[in-house]
Amino acid sequence: MSSNPTGGPTDATRGAAPSSTHYVAALDETPLVGVDTVKVAEKRSNLWIDAWQDVRGRPMFWISAALILVVALVALFPGLFTQTPPNNNCILGNSNGGPADGHPLGFTKQGCDIYSRIVHGTSTSLSVGFIVIVLTTTLGILFGSFAGFYGGWVDAVLSRVGDIFFSIPYILAAVVIMSVLSQYRSVWSISLAIGVFAWPSTARVLRSEILRVKNADFVMASTALGLSRFKILLKHVLPNSIAPVIVITTISLAAAIVAEASLSFLGVGLGSNIMSWGNDINQAQNDLRTAPQTLILPSIALSVTVFAFISLGEVVRDALDPKARALR
Amino acid sequence: MSEPLSTSAAVKPLLEIKNLQVGFQTQNGLVPAVNGIDITLMPGQTLAIVGESGSGKSTTAHAIINLLPGSGRITGGEVLFEGRDLTQLNEKQLEEVRGRMIGFVPQDPMSNLNPVWSIGFQVEEAIRANGIATGKEVKQHAIRVLKEAGLADADKRLRQFPHQFSGGMRQRVLIGMGLSSRPKLLIADEPTSALDVTVQRVILDHLATLTREIGTAVLFITHDLGLAAERAEQLVVMYKGKVVESGPSREILENPMHPYTQRLVAAAPSLASRRIQSSNKNLSDLGYSAPRAAEGLDLVEAAEARAAQQASTPVAGGPAIKVDALTKIYKIRGAKRDARDFKAVDDVSFTVERGTTMALVGESGSGKSTVAKLLLRLEDASSGTVAIGGTDTAALRGRALLDLRRKMQPVFQDPYGSLDPLRNIGNTIAEPLQVHRVGDRASRRARVDELLDQVALPSALATRYPNELSGGQRQRVAIARALALKPDIVILDEAVSALDVLVQAQILRLLADLQAELGLTYLFITHDLAVVRVIADHVCVMQRGKIVESSTVDKVFDNPQQDYTKELLNAIPGANLKLGV
Repeated sequence: MSSNPTGGPTDATRGAAPSSTHYVAALDETPLVGVDTVKVAEKRSNLWIDAWQDVRGRPMFWISAALILVVALVALFPGLFTQTPPNNNCILGNSNGGPADGHPLGFTKQGCDIYSRIVHGTSTSLSVGFIVIVLTTTLGILFGSFAGFYGGWVDAVLSRVGDIFFSIPYILAAVVIMSVLSQYRSVWSISLAIGVFAWPSTARVLRSEILRVKNADFVMASTALGLSRFKILLKHVLPNSIAPVIVITTISLAAAIVAEASLSFLGVGLGSNIMSWGNDINQAQNDLRTAPQTLILPSIALSVTVFAFISLGEVVRDALDPKARALR
Repeated sequence: MSEPLSTSAAVKPLLEIKNLQVGFQTQNGLVPAVNGIDITLMPGQTLAIVGESGSGKSTTAHAIINLLPGSGRITGGEVLFEGRDLTQLNEKQLEEVRGRMIGFVPQDPMSNLNPVWSIGFQVEEAIRANGIATGKEVKQHAIRVLKEAGLADADKRLRQFPHQFSGGMRQRVLIGMGLSSRPKLLIADEPTSALDVTVQRVILDHLATLTREIGTAVLFITHDLGLAAERAEQLVVMYKGKVVESGPSREILENPMHPYTQRLVAAAPSLASRRIQSSNKNLSDLGYSAPRAAEGLDLVEAAEARAAQQASTPVAGGPAIKVDALTKIYKIRGAKRDARDFKAVDDVSFTVERGTTMALVGESGSGKSTVAKLLLRLEDASSGTVAIGGTDTAALRGRALLDLRRKMQPVFQDPYGSLDPLRNIGNTIAEPLQVHRVGDRASRRARVDELLDQVALPSALATRYPNELSGGQRQRVAIARALALKPDIVILDEAVSALDVLVQAQILRLLADLQAELGLTYLFITHDLAVVRVIADHVCVMQRGKIVESSTVDKVFDNPQQDYTKELLNAIPGANLKLGV
């Protein structure tokens, strides 16, 4: 910028700078740069781009993503992974038998192929997980965003409704509902039973996020532009509040899979005609001492799936939370 | 520590910082924040470190008593306190020094007192920790500390909690705690930047009296050159982690040598308003030229150019804004059915002529921002009228309200909150055009480029997101968005208050240029009377919801009528500095 100050640097002696004299640093050691010059960085950056940059470099993200991909493939195309029918052609003579040719994991008590049953049970678990999160996220976003954004009596009513549902543990509620609905045990009914009581936590997280965002100046600026309240919610407030919901959704997907398995294990879940890991674990419990593999193997499938979703949630949370990023 | 002085004539420095280097550990390795600085402070002296945010001034202060945050560490140099190198001390030894020998007053009085403990508890804790008193004496001592800090009814106040104290009172408590052990050195890190100007003045006066009585040396960190020069004998100007200039305050202000210091002197509103004032001339007759280093940043020059411009453009076509008896009453929820009425805006009337700037000045809680919200129809008035271009706005609905919004746009204070972080700059600036269905996609894009150019930002930024921008650049984007619909009126609600002085000067200049170019009418809301001197034609001073004085800027500065206005004027730092232009 400018080369020489008007007065011209005087007898500045570097390093001495005794406090009583007037010290001026040499200009070449403290060059001036323009005020507030714009540097257009090479890469764009916002919350999502930065988060993607962050997760991309983490092995845990790729491990959990790969696991989820495999689980999803198994669920969608079980035929790709096994040709052995899981239900038919079960030979009682193979009951609780060890691995055999073409049956790498052995047999269940009924003499069915364990590997095939695990493969075919995957879609049940994932379906329940996805239906539940669609339900909880939809309800959570509706209740949370309206309560947080509109406040006042809307908030009072919606939040109290949420509190009522929140006060009942969703697993207990699901046990009760499924016992009552014993005639209609299906993937849909069990998902409904879990989801209907699991949404308030999503709503609460979103509500507090919305309360934070809605007072930002950019919301006021949009109001002053003449944008309607509802459009402001959709265009500005919700997109800036949704990050924690995504984290909570990934983790509640895992929780829903566990809940289905728990209900099936307790015998109030899916009907025995539907193949699911929970049902298989339930049926294997009597033979735990003689044939532990019949219980342990579907449990491992369950654990790996749940682990994949939970670690994905953890990774995404770290990436979306700038504070957590600063600490690392 | 009491070594006999070898030569009786030479007073040993209390604090000697030699070639101090501090770095912060980040993902990209060690980033230096302080780059080899030397500072010498004599006993009983007051020294101010001045610099912008990021200059390393606070880091230096924190490094002295090793209060650096987790990722920061001292990478070289010495901090000699009475000859002892503080950087070599272990944690235990440092605790002996902190509080007892070196007191510390933090920046934010709101977060530096623990809200769950009473004031008395916290003061007593500090007294015990510093071993000043024990047993029953502690309480007596705490009362004395608070009395010294200027809280008259200290014995009653002991049992109160931080939320029952105002910001100024909390800062008094913190100052009291910092001085409770009669330290030889007090480090005050922007002690009053969160407070109103009149409170700032009182607190700093008090701090000066106290430290003079005790004989404590003060290391004062501030971003305000005027404040620093007024409060300290010695000045150290920091820039990008280095000392660019140091010496006696008066000398530096009157004869700044380093181009950076020249810029700071030129851009500080407090100094600029003093310079204009002490010249005893009309702005249009100043005939002033800025030093070359400060080109485009000199506020006196900007004010002069603006005055000339305003004089040459005739005012035409009636008032742009006419506010009459505007009142806003809030209901305050109290204990059971004890709802009180609170008049945030009380019978406010003023008129703003087309193409001029009206400044609305007041301290926090004066109702100035509420006036802005009422004008913008973000809230509805309890009574009174607002006429924009002759139309009463209260009854406007739907289409008509949308048309009003087109004529009048706001820019808000917080540069980090004023832009949606998830929308790129181009979309943010184009949003007003979309909402009002102006033009098609291509013409909107052209308009965005034009607007970016007007606020001196490259058009490449259109596809970028706000978090790449500095505070000043964000405010430019906010200004561009406000101008998108070609409004007649822009309401600037503390729009430059959160910016560093140089950036602030740049934005003030930009605003003046835009006004001249587009014939805009500004309502400029601020707490800083000094800024008003260089940007506004008229000023209304607000206090507790009422306008106490309203006149042209020249008249208010030359001949203030109300005590409150005089108080505000006196609170502009540098009152006793005589500065020619």
